[in-house]
Amino acid sequence: MSGDLVFYGFAALTVLSGFVVVFARNIVHAGFALLFTLLGVAGLYALLGADFLAVTQTVVYIGGILVLVLFAVMMTRIPRKEQRRRGLDHMVPAGIFSLGLFALLYKVSAGSFPVREPGEAVPTVKAIGVEIMTDWIFPFEFASLVLLVAMVGAAILIRERRPARAPEALPENAPGETAEAPEEVHA
Amino acid sequence: MTVGLPHFLTVGALLFSLGIFAMMTRRNAVALLMGVELILNGANVNFVAVARYVDGGVDGHLMAAFVIVLAAAEAAVGLAIVLAMFRNFGTADVNAVDSLKR
Repeated sequence: MSGDLVFYGFAALTVLSGFVVVFARNIVHAGFALLFTLLGVAGLYALLGADFLAVTQTVVYIGGILVLVLFAVMMTRIPRKEQRRRGLDHMVPAGIFSLGLFALLYKVSAGSFPVREPGEAVPTVKAIGVEIMTDWIFPFEFASLVLLVAMVGAAILIRERRPARAPEALPENAPGETAEAPEEVHA
Repeated sequence: MTVGLPHFLTVGALLFSLGIFAMMTRRNAVALLMGVELILNGANVNFVAVARYVDGGVDGHLMAAFVIVLAAAEAAVGLAIVLAMFRNFGTADVNAVDSLKR
C-alpha cells in the first residue's frame, strides 16, 4: 500500500512538472520543471525495478541533456520586451489533437495485456551487461557510431566560420592598444 | 485498486501527449526540444513498465537505454542547430526562420 503512495507521488511529480514544462511562459522555468519531470521518471524506473535505468536517467538526462538544454536557454535569450508576446500558438487544435491522442493511448493501455505477476525486483545490471555483449552487440556498436557522428556534427554545426578569402578583413588592432599588454609579461 | 501496468502506461501516455502538445504550440526552438524529451520519456516509461509486467526480461530496459543514448545525440545536434539558427537569425523563434517561404 505504501508502494502505491510512492507511485502516486512520483507520477504526480512527473505529470505536474510536465504541465509546467509545456505551459510555462518563461523558458527558464520550463527548463527547471523538466528537471523534476526527469527525476520523477527516474523514480518510476526505480519503482519498476529498473535500477540501472534509474541511475542512467539521473546521470545522462539530468547531468547531461538537461545541462545542455539550460546552456542553450542561456545562450539564446532575447531581450525581455520582445518576449512579452504569447509563447504558445494554435492552442485549440493542438489541445484537441493531444487530448484525442491521450484518450486513444489511455483506451489502449487499459486494454487486455497478458499481465503476469511481477516477482521480487532483482538487480538488472548483470543481466543488462550480458545482453548487451551478446544479443544486442550490433545496436551497442551502432550507438557508439551514432554518438561519434553526433559529436562531430554538433562541433561542425556550431563552428565559427572564418572569412576564407580575406585575411585583411580580420579586425586590426587599434594603434593605442597594442603597445600595452605584451611588454609587461616579459619584464 | 492496486497499482499495476495501466497506471504506468497512463503516466507514459500523459507525458507523450504533453510532449506532442508542446511541439505543436511552442515557438521557442529550445522548448520544442524539451517537448521531444517529454515524448521520449513517455515512450521509455512504457518500455520499462511492459518489461516488468508483461515480458519479465531486460529487453525493455535495453531499448530504453538505447533511447536515452539517442536522446543524448539528438539533444547535442538539435541544440547545435538552435545555436546556429540563433547566430544567423538572431532569434530562437521557429516562426521567424522562414527564408525558404519567401
